Amino acid sequence: MITYFFIFLAVLAVASALMMVISKNTVNSALFLVLNMMSLAGLFLLLQAQFLAIIQVLVYAGAIMVLFLFVIMLLNVDEETSLFSKLRVKYFVAFLLGVGVFAQILYSLGSFSDTLPTISSEMAQAGTVEAIGDVLFSKYILPFHIIAMLLTAAMNGAIMIAQHKVRTEGNK
Amino acid sequence: MIGIDWFLALSALLFCIGIVGVLIRKNAIVIFMCVELMLNAVNLSLISFSSHYGNVDGQILVFFSLAIAAAEAVVGLAIIIAIFRNNLSVDIGKINLLRW
Repeated sequence: MITYFFIFLAVLAVASALMMVISKNTVNSALFLVLNMMSLAGLFLLLQAQFLAIIQVLVYAGAIMVLFLFVIMLLNVDEETSLFSKLRVKYFVAFLLGVGVFAQILYSLGSFSDTLPTISSEMAQAGTVEAIGDVLFSKYILPFHIIAMLLTAAMNGAIMIAQHKVRTEGNK
Repeated sequence: MIGIDWFLALSALLFCIGIVGVLIRKNAIVIFMCVELMLNAVNLSLISFSSHYGNVDGQILVFFSLAIAAAEAVVGLAIIIAIFRNNLSVDIGKINLLRW
C-alpha cells in the first residue's frame, strides 16, 4: 500500500516539475510548482515527518507561492512565445548537463548502496511536533534566534529594494 | 516499506529537472521557481536520511533551510521587481547592464 502511494506521489512530483519547466505561461508554472510542493508534502508524510509536511504546505505552498503569484500578476509578464523555437543547441547542452549530473548522482548512490541505512525503529517518533520542538528549543536555540533575526533583516531589505524611490540623506 | 535509495533517486531526479529548468528558461521568475524546486529536492533527501536513521537533526536542518528559502524568495522577488521597474522586462537575456 505504501509502495503504491510512493509511486503515485513520485510520478506526480516528477510530472509536475517537468510541466513547470516546459509550460509557457508563468502562472501555470507557479501552479504546477504548488502541485509539486503538495506531492512532496505527501512524501514527507510517508517518511513519518508530520511536522515538516504541515510546514511544507503552510510555508511553501501557502506563503511563498502566494508571493510568487502576486509578483507574477503585479508585473504582468507576457508569455514566452519562443521557448523551443530558437537556439536548439543551448537546450541540448542544458539537457545533456542535467542528464550528466543525474547519472553522476545515481552512480555515486549505487556504489554506496550497501552502507545506506535501513528503516529505523525510532522513525515514528522522530518527526512529531513534540520531538522536533524538544530539540529545536534546547539544542538548536541559538540558530533558531539567528534565523529569526535573518528573517527580519530579509524583510527590511526587501522593503528597501522594492521601494520606488529610496530616500537617503541627499535626496529628500 | 520503500528503501531509502528510491527516495534519494527521486530527490536527484527533481534536482536535475531544476538544473535543466534554470539553464533553459529565460524568465527570471521561472528561474527562481526552479531554484525553489532544487531546494525542495535537497530537503527530501535530508528528511529521508533523518527518518531512516531515526535522528531528528536532519529535520531541524530542513526547518532552517525552509526559513532560508523564504528569506531568499522575498529578497529575490524584490530584486526582480526593482529590475522590472528599470528595464520593463524580466527576460534575463535583456538584463545586460553588468555585461561587458
